[in-house]
Amino acid sequence: MAEYVWPAAGDRLHIGKHISRLDGPVKATGRAKYAYDVNRRGMLWAIMVQSPHAHARITAIDTSAAEAMDGVVKVHIIQDVGTEIQWAHDEIVAVAATSEEVARDGAAAVKIEYEVLPHFVNERAVDEAPDAQPAQEETTGDPAAAMAAAATKSSGSYHVAQIAHCSLESHGQVAEWQDEETVTLWASTQAISGVASQLGEQIGIPASNVHVETQYMGGGFGSKFSVDRWGVVCAQIARDTGRPVKLMLDRDQEVSVAGARPSTHAEVSTGADADGNVVAWDSKSWGSGGPAGANSPPLPYVFAFDNQTHMHTSVPTNTGPARAWRAPRHPQACLVTMRALEDLAHAAGMDPLDFFLRNIEKTGERASTYVEELEKGAELMGWRDRWRPRGSGTGTVRSGLGLALHTWGGRGHRSNCEVLAYRDGLVEARIGSQDLGTGTRTIIALVLAETFGVGLEQVKVTMGRSVLPASGASGGSTTVGGVSGATRRAALNAVDAVFERIAPRLGTEMANLELRNGELHFKDGSMAAMPWRQAATLIGVNPVSATGANPGPGQLNDSGVGGIQMADVSVDMETGVVSINRMVAVQDCGLILDMKLAESQVYGSLIMGVTYALTEERVFDPHTGQMLNPDMEFYKLAGIEDVGEMIVHMMTGPGYDERGVIGLGEPPVIAPGAAIANAATNATGVPINEMPMTPERVLAAINGGMA
Amino acid sequence: MAQTRYPKTPREEQPEASPATSPDERIDSAETGARGPFSRRQFLRGSAAAGAASAGLLSGILDDAEAQDEPGVAGPGAVDMAFKINGKAYVATLEPRVTLLDALRNHLDLTGAKKVCDRGTCGACTVLLNGDPVYACSVLAIEAQGSEVTTVEGIGSPANMHPIQQAFVDHDAQQCGFCTPGFVVASAALLNRHPNPDQDTVHRELGGNLCRCGTYAGIRAAVAQAAGGGTTNG
Ligand code: FES
Ligand code: FES
Repeated sequence: MAEYVWPAAGDRLHIGKHISRLDGPVKATGRAKYAYDVNRRGMLWAIMVQSPHAHARITAIDTSAAEAMDGVVKVHIIQDVGTEIQWAHDEIVAVAATSEEVARDGAAAVKIEYEVLPHFVNERAVDEAPDAQPAQEETTGDPAAAMAAAATKSSGSYHVAQIAHCSLESHGQVAEWQDEETVTLWASTQAISGVASQLGEQIGIPASNVHVETQYMGGGFGSKFSVDRWGVVCAQIARDTGRPVKLMLDRDQEVSVAGARPSTHAEVSTGADADGNVVAWDSKSWGSGGPAGANSPPLPYVFAFDNQTHMHTSVPTNTGPARAWRAPRHPQACLVTMRALEDLAHAAGMDPLDFFLRNIEKTGERASTYVEELEKGAELMGWRDRWRPRGSGTGTVRSGLGLALHTWGGRGHRSNCEVLAYRDGLVEARIGSQDLGTGTRTIIALVLAETFGVGLEQVKVTMGRSVLPASGASGGSTTVGGVSGATRRAALNAVDAVFERIAPRLGTEMANLELRNGELHFKDGSMAAMPWRQAATLIGVNPVSATGANPGPGQLNDSGVGGIQMADVSVDMETGVVSINRMVAVQDCGLILDMKLAESQVYGSLIMGVTYALTEERVFDPHTGQMLNPDMEFYKLAGIEDVGEMIVHMMTGPGYDERGVIGLGEPPVIAPGAAIANAATNATGVPINEMPMTPERVLAAINGGMA
Repeated sequence: MAQTRYPKTPREEQPEASPATSPDERIDSAETGARGPFSRRQFLRGSAAAGAASAGLLSGILDDAEAQDEPGVAGPGAVDMAFKINGKAYVATLEPRVTLLDALRNHLDLTGAKKVCDRGTCGACTVLLNGDPVYACSVLAIEAQGSEVTTVEGIGSPANMHPIQQAFVDHDAQQCGFCTPGFVVASAALLNRHPNPDQDTVHRELGGNLCRCGTYAGIRAAVAQAAGGGTTNG
């Protein structure tokens, strides 16, 4: 019977190589069909009417003008008179029409009246919040006494603004009913299996009658786990009209209601002894991600100190609700912790690299990984030669270095896989997972090909449909471990099943057979090796089928990684503009299946990190409660010229590989902001304590104003 | 990056100013690049019911697009249009306010160009108009008649990729891939104009496209490969 392990380093055919994503050509030629691209015969377009008020009660809805319009087929009230609206842009009515243009005309003709209620949108002013809630309080040791005894002390306040997901493909779907009990939903989602259950429940049909299809999706980053109200509405309109319906969010809705990363504001005091060992930590944080407020970020982050205390206050606001944003709560915690520790290093007169190394044991079980990574990063950045104490620079444009550490879990989720081997030699994996662009499809294919010892052209991956063997939602860096574990086990079982079927036909025992390098080998040498495709003909007309699951026997994946990042930035002291010269990321994630895809994840994370560090912010007008930048002109993403040079180093080999597969989607996106803020602080000589580090804020800090 | 071309509206055909804002001002803001709150297209959309208000504008567009001698009035109802896209002829009956992007995606099922911001900020809708990159969301379909339109589908196919598409695959210059068609088209145009671009040129020419997943390192390397200059991630 199969032994559920990964092949040893010397025996790997595909694992760890630079393999191009298999759907690259389909995407690069514009042939990949996303939910937004699905056009069905007779399809209606639905456009949603949104609330202009951040907090209001609906007092009247008049849809008559819209209903009278030529081409308008259905006006669907989502939230009726009497409903209290909690954030601007909330959806109230959907208008479905024969064309997108007419649907927009119809939406514009809907008249809604409101009783406007008081709103609160700027949680930074926590004292003015009508409904702030104590959310967490935790103390270890005796921080007050330790602080009093500390040789060096530092304190500061640190701020991370609310940001949006701003997926380029907005949320939405096309719904089409096959009959009264069966609906297909082409959805832009991170969770096909979950969405099928949610929709079935909400529209009163069995989950198995909801077919969710997602072959390609244009970004989610944690914001696309739910069927969402607009998904249910889309399916309802399709049922009511008997026609397929496309409902995709417009950009203003996408940025204002379809996902927010909560803000974090924190006051931190720290203390170190005369040798630079951190002895005390005291933090108070607050933040908001909409009507539900915000949970506490994990503070202090990465490090645990003998004497520490932390308190968090959750602040509800009338803003579009929070959704998981890559590595929920970690980037905020990282900025607060790494900035505070850098400030303490400065107070202690130490190079932060030495300071972090001095305290590295306080990171727990990943300490030795961090040491290796810090040394590697320092080498790639030239840290030892180039680091200068804070504010050493002169002239208008000053450069500086900063570093930050991060951690994440990333254990594989629950997943099932069926593997089929056909007599023409094709081997197929069927799995109800989805590829968000992380390369899931490619990973499944290469694990399958690895296990059968064949080339990638010999395997096929069927995924992205909820009717396939159920797999988890793609979030929290759990997918790669889940699908690779399930696929490996299913494929190992399928190899056994193939041997069981063909061994008698070859007059041998299944234990005598082995697949490698595209050939069937006879361990006893009784017959010459035969090509896999020839051996496969013995399978017969019925394919061999086997299943596998994660978790399952054998340790194929693990949890817990640490990574370090370093930033080299320049700051223009006259304009406050921070520009990125170079970013270095050193990352471990256990056994790397596809080095090219892994590196892509880290490059992408660095870029996303530069973006939230420098420009991204949901800006709210306190007077109207409106988001001022629900667009892409002023909700700014970094462009190709903004991101500097990037160096990525993946930790591999002994000490890493044998842990098995660990997720990589979240870890590298956590630390860029903190590393950049530390570098900007090092460059300017003044604490740069707010993200995004807009020119206005940096100038204010330089000029001694409120940072 | 591409500036959409906005034909001038003949002054003598200006419609009556609406009480709120004079159409004149709206048009001027649109001509600065369609990034303001009143793009010409949104104005057209917004005034769809008011046929009289848009008639003057539309006749101006028609004049320019088709070089008609006499001022004609198109719309507000659908009119017949003819396009040349990726070397093939297409006809469609569309309202004059329909953008080239919506015509491609909603009416001709050419969905390679993506709709993201729908107002000239992100470049996901980039297509070539007579070889020049434009934001298809900021060009009216009616204006694109008489021009050669090239979409990402016309740049190459999976079985026969353009070198820049092959380079995007080789350097993994795509994750979710939603920005990719726009980047591929903009990169192809860049290489047509600058066969061996330096990095500043690459940054400038691709600065009108945005990626959320963070594929810029791969895109730099891909452009370098397609230009025949090896790879760079600098
Ligand atoms: S969709 Fe046209 S530029 Fe964004
Ligand atoms: S690859 Fe996802 S937006 Fe660029």
